[in-house]
Amino acid sequence: MMASSYNAKEEDGHHSGASSGTGLSKNKKPDNTAFKQQRLPAWQPILTAGSVLPAFFVIGLIFIPIGIGLYVTSNNIKEFEIDYTGVSSDSPCYNCAKNFTWNTTEPCVCTVNFTLLQPFESNVFMYYGLSNFYQNHRRYVKSRDDRQLNGDLSALTDPSKECEPYRKSGDVSIAPCGAIANSLFNDTLVLYYVDSNNSKIEVPLVKKGIAWWTDKHVKFRNPAGNGNLTLAFRDTAKPVNWAKPVYELDPSDPDNNGFINEDFIVWMRTAALPTFRKLYRIIQKKSGTTPTLPNGNYMLNITYNYPVLSFDGRKRMILSTISWMGGKNPFLGIAYITVGSICFFLGVVLLIIHHKYDNRNTSADIPS
Amino acid sequence: MGSVVSRFNRVRGKGKSEEERRLRANDRSFNLSHGYANNAIRTSKYSIFTFLPLNLFEQFRRLANAYFLFLLILQLIPQISSLSWFTTAVPLVFVLSISAVKDANDDINRHKCDRQVNNRKVDVLMDGQLKNEKWMNVQVGDIVKLENNEFVTADLLLLSSSEPLNLVYVETAELDGETNLKVKQALTATGELEDNIEALAAFNGEVRCEPPNNRLDKFKGTLTMNDDIYALDNDKMLLRGCTLRNTEWCFGLVIFGGPDTKLMQNSGKSVFKRTSIDHLMNILVLCIFGFLGFMCAIMAILNAFWEASEGSLFTVFLPREAGIDAHLSSFLTFWSYVIVLNTVVPISLYVSMEVIRLGNSFFINWDRKMYYPKNDTPAQARTTTLSEELGQIKYIFSDKTGTLTQNIMTFNKCSINGKTYGDLYDFSGQRVEITERTERVDFSWNNLADPKFSFHDHSLVEMVRSGNPENQEFFRLLSLCHTVMPEEKKEGELNYQAQSPDEGALVTAARNFGFVFRSRTPETITVIEMGKQVIYELLAVLDFNNVRKRMSVIVRGPEGKLTLYCKGADTIILERLDPSCNKLMKLTTNHLNEYAGDGLRTLALAYKDLDESYMKDWTQRHHEASIAMEEREEKLDELYEEIEKDMMLLGATAVEDKLQDGVPQTIEQLAKADIKIWVLTGDKQETAENIGYSCNMLREEMKDVFFVSANTAEGVKEELLNARRKMCPKAAEEPSVTTSRGGLFWVEKMETVQDEKVDGEYGLIINGHSLAFALEKNLRLELLRTACMCQTVICCRVTPLQKAQVVQLVKKYKQAVTLAIGDGANDVSMIKAAHIGVGISGQEGMQAVLSSDFSFAQFRYLQRLLLVHGRWSYIRMCKFLGYFFYKNFTFTLMHFWYAFFCGFSAQTVYDEWFITFYNTIYTALPVLGLSLFEQDVNDRWSLQHPQLYTPGQKNQYFNKKAFVRCVMHSCYSSLILFFIPWASMHDTVRDDGKDIADYQSFALLAQTCLLIVVFAQLFLDTYYWTAINQLFVWASIAVYFAITFTMYSSGMFLIFTSAFPFTGTARNSLNQPNVWLTIFLSSLLCVLPVVAFRFILIQLRPTINDEVRAKARKEALPAPAPRRTLKKRITRRSGYAFSHSQGYGALVMSQKFLLKGHMRRLALFDHRDSPMVQNQPQHYRTITEESESQSP
Repeated sequence: MMASSYNAKEEDGHHSGASSGTGLSKNKKPDNTAFKQQRLPAWQPILTAGSVLPAFFVIGLIFIPIGIGLYVTSNNIKEFEIDYTGVSSDSPCYNCAKNFTWNTTEPCVCTVNFTLLQPFESNVFMYYGLSNFYQNHRRYVKSRDDRQLNGDLSALTDPSKECEPYRKSGDVSIAPCGAIANSLFNDTLVLYYVDSNNSKIEVPLVKKGIAWWTDKHVKFRNPAGNGNLTLAFRDTAKPVNWAKPVYELDPSDPDNNGFINEDFIVWMRTAALPTFRKLYRIIQKKSGTTPTLPNGNYMLNITYNYPVLSFDGRKRMILSTISWMGGKNPFLGIAYITVGSICFFLGVVLLIIHHKYDNRNTSADIPS
Repeated sequence: MGSVVSRFNRVRGKGKSEEERRLRANDRSFNLSHGYANNAIRTSKYSIFTFLPLNLFEQFRRLANAYFLFLLILQLIPQISSLSWFTTAVPLVFVLSISAVKDANDDINRHKCDRQVNNRKVDVLMDGQLKNEKWMNVQVGDIVKLENNEFVTADLLLLSSSEPLNLVYVETAELDGETNLKVKQALTATGELEDNIEALAAFNGEVRCEPPNNRLDKFKGTLTMNDDIYALDNDKMLLRGCTLRNTEWCFGLVIFGGPDTKLMQNSGKSVFKRTSIDHLMNILVLCIFGFLGFMCAIMAILNAFWEASEGSLFTVFLPREAGIDAHLSSFLTFWSYVIVLNTVVPISLYVSMEVIRLGNSFFINWDRKMYYPKNDTPAQARTTTLSEELGQIKYIFSDKTGTLTQNIMTFNKCSINGKTYGDLYDFSGQRVEITERTERVDFSWNNLADPKFSFHDHSLVEMVRSGNPENQEFFRLLSLCHTVMPEEKKEGELNYQAQSPDEGALVTAARNFGFVFRSRTPETITVIEMGKQVIYELLAVLDFNNVRKRMSVIVRGPEGKLTLYCKGADTIILERLDPSCNKLMKLTTNHLNEYAGDGLRTLALAYKDLDESYMKDWTQRHHEASIAMEEREEKLDELYEEIEKDMMLLGATAVEDKLQDGVPQTIEQLAKADIKIWVLTGDKQETAENIGYSCNMLREEMKDVFFVSANTAEGVKEELLNARRKMCPKAAEEPSVTTSRGGLFWVEKMETVQDEKVDGEYGLIINGHSLAFALEKNLRLELLRTACMCQTVICCRVTPLQKAQVVQLVKKYKQAVTLAIGDGANDVSMIKAAHIGVGISGQEGMQAVLSSDFSFAQFRYLQRLLLVHGRWSYIRMCKFLGYFFYKNFTFTLMHFWYAFFCGFSAQTVYDEWFITFYNTIYTALPVLGLSLFEQDVNDRWSLQHPQLYTPGQKNQYFNKKAFVRCVMHSCYSSLILFFIPWASMHDTVRDDGKDIADYQSFALLAQTCLLIVVFAQLFLDTYYWTAINQLFVWASIAVYFAITFTMYSSGMFLIFTSAFPFTGTARNSLNQPNVWLTIFLSSLLCVLPVVAFRFILIQLRPTINDEVRAKARKEALPAPAPRRTLKKRITRRSGYAFSHSQGYGALVMSQKFLLKGHMRRLALFDHRDSPMVQNQPQHYRTITEESESQSP
């Protein structure tokens, strides 16, 4: 039944000694290297029951605890979210949203009240969230000039064409140019704690340290101008939508102006998805045991500058604590638990299949 | 015939004024005025200056390259460009330059070859003296002098030679592959010039002849010399490519030079072969284009909706460009997505395929087990683009002589006077097998013996030397009765030029046993009999032909005794014996049966003493008959018949037509791999059948072997039908032909003859003339049906053209991959016709090898080429394609899903640099590793289980279904790869509260997930992990992170600010635990179902590969199978030696011509059946007709 194969090897063995013995003979015999003869030592894994089944069980056993851990961690994170767009007429910001015009000089202010049922321990992060805002649209994403933002003087006065139509205002180039910068989020949020005596205590919001270190120190740099930003930006115009030029973004802190304004930097890191949140302020943990944000009533004061209603967008304010794995995200935990369970289940199914059909395979005879 | 033709030529030659070559010897200015090509040849395609434009033009004619050029142009349009130009330009330049380097290298080699040939030197007669000139400077009309063993410079008209009768001998191996010498003869008129330089310089003959063409066997022209007109034909032409042999010198007039020579005209365009995978790829690529268009259209439509509902409102923050409305935007989006999704047709696909094929070709070249030490010949992949097709062969068409057999005849045994010689017995009377180590008979007593001759039975020499009269008569016959030409360059160094190798073997045997045939003249034969010179007078040669199947000579011995010696097929000789040798006949018949049973080719020998008076009468009648104008043949035959009777039996010879080593085993192996082998041979039926048995193709246990040898179309049809009815009585009368459409755009109509099931094994032997009918349009499907039902098909007496036709028939109606293997020029046509042509670089010339795709020295290497290399190559290519499509579809489809989140704006998921490097850097090497080193099982197991080969024949590893499966798999993977990161990232933040759901981090996460999943999939697909594979994978991962961190570093950003905007992304997101958890999760989700699915498949429906792999895992190596000796045949098959063509009798007895010397046209070959006439056209026709048939 077995093949009677003519073994060419014999010939190989026969003459190799003769040819290699005489170093002079320069014949065309191929070299006897493992590589050329395709005999390289190799690891040949096979999907056998012995390797596949344990793998499934082990993965199941590892994934489920990890998933539980992740889920618990995520659940321990406190998060509070409030939509202040003002869509419905009973919303406090309804009027501001309704009557928005670009040319108002008088800012519209609205106040949203909310209650935290649980205290927020350790550092609390305040985010603003936007929905249906296509920061990841191709034309939007590329509508910026990184060289200009990095303080390149030539780009400052002659921004990249990608910035169109926010490249020049008349003859003067815009700094920062482009649609991203032009659409900078400019609502101002102020948080008050309303204590039991109904008095408002302003929660201190830290505006520094909200951007990536690399962005702040590498990617964004002010153009050189002997420390005087006004001078450095003198040949440029402010973006169309902006009320103030870029060097006056933060009147309270002169080091937080120009391209290195952190709110600006955060905005310029475009989001991957049309619904996103961006870090707005940090509420530092207080010393001692008092929670950073005790439970109780709060008041959010919004200077409503940013129109999103026209394109059916939403604005949110989010307060969140974080853990070692970042913000609240139950998905990963659930996913790990699910995948772990499926693995375990599959392992059982495969085991049954293997047991049922295994005897058929062990017959080593291969029909010819 | 010749004279008629020449007369006809002379008439026609004058009427033809156009389209005719005219040249005058020694008149350069006259000849140059016609502008004929000189003798320089040029096979190269480019020169230094034309290389770049021509090569680029060639390359852009390929669909894929043109497509990428188009993409590049699209990307330069700012409104459309969704990717920077470099994403296409970098790979394109890479691909183009690799191809260009390869082409340049090929062309440089061709240049070298050309230069070497063009710079060969030859003596040219110029201004009255011989000058040594380069070949390329030789002009039409020059007279050149050739010396022995020199290559013929151009197509020459032979003028004169050093040999008597103005003969020259040429070897045409390079031209047609035949090593036996051919004779050419100059006109007597020009022959008189001899080597008289003045006379030659004064020679002013004018030649008019046909224009250059590729017909090797025909030449028509006239020579006008001193107002006499002579006809010229092919016998006077020395063609370029031949070599002068046994001729001291000769002079020739250049008729055709360089590109006009028949050799160059024949070398022609060889067909560019493409593999079936290539054809499949073309279809798939078209499908992919369709799919791409479909996806882009969906994107464009959805973009239109989005623009209308959301985009138009979002203009607050993202104003449209001037003049672009929703409709235009959607149109532009279409093209933008064409750019973004273009990676479904990966640019590196074709290059990678070429690299893989090249790699596999190198492995073939490097294989020591296909290296033949005896002539220092390694296997060679001459076409590097076909390697995977070797794994899909369904039909093998093999030549016999030189391919299955060595074309070496050895005198093996003989029976003399009822006693058999040649076997060796030990003390107990058991036959001893003769091996290379068996002691040979010492022939040193005979100083004229051929040292290469070996014989092992000492008793025969003793008998001969002791002076046994029968034994001496036996060898005397062998030394006299033949048409061999002796050649004695140095005293005692005899060389025989035999028309057929059998005859040479017999004469050589006689020589070694002390009857040395030394020389011959037309009237005499000189033999050294046991050291004593004896001269026989040769009275007549009763020549061999196919009907007579015997030849005789009538000689007068030194004592005046008249004897007729005859040798021939046993059946024929035994009929014509004197009744007195009945007893001997019985003994000899037994021996003959024994020999034939051993697969030897036999001849019976007989003699007859003749009466002087009878002979005188007979000679007289013979002379009358030979000059008779009517029925000359019949009359001669009658006379021969009359004299060749009542002969005395001397004995029989057995000649072994040596099979090449391992042929039967190889054929058995290939049969197990379900490959059908057809033998197409020019040999006659008996020989072919004999070889069929000895190499295990025809077996005793076969139910039946059919013979088709009818001479009419009806007869052939009847025989085929009968055979088929017998094999499968239930089968329908009409062949079941299924028609389908295929090829590019489904315009090609394909007809396929279905396979039919037959119980039991059958063989079919079909004769050449029947084959001619069977290949006609109305019968060929019948032939194919019948032939395909048989296990073995042997076609004998086929012309090379028929060989090609048979191959094409199977190719066309079976849609199966065919392989043709052969060694001679007569195999060239089928080698070119088949999907894969294999040349045996053996004894015969190089023609077959030169036109082949693969070449090696021994037929048995075919099993290694197919079962090991072919199978591996096919598996590698299929795995590569499957994996490559998976990897690129997964990569591309992510963009598709992302489109739903970015307003269908053609925003890419990944960093542009990642897109640029994905195929060219990050995944290039691991894929190559997979597709160069992959082995499912090693070579020993592959040979052990030839069944492993069958999936390739059925196209199982990669086909349209597999492709669809691959696409579905990528859809799944890309969904996982997009939505897992999406779900885990969409509203999360870093562990310091900062942003991580930004575009750049998401891109980094997605691309890292993708890369890891792709490598994990590679891990699953690779069965054979060598250190190189590991290195490639790990290095690629390392390189990915290295490049990523470098590109996203501050330094790079500060230097190339606008090129690397992702600064800081890598270190800000890859230090997050949830990023890694996401990567881990998504890779596992992609891999687990595949593992489970494959595991279940192995459990439920294991393929042969799974089984062998499992077995190979348990056992270290297959036990070496014992080398089985083949079963001996029981029944007797006639196998008489002699090739089928007419003997050389006419040439030997050429005194006839001398007598006719007064005739102007000295016709050496006026005999219709002269070997030159019969032999040459048969071999030459092929090439010409084949090229004609190929041209339309």
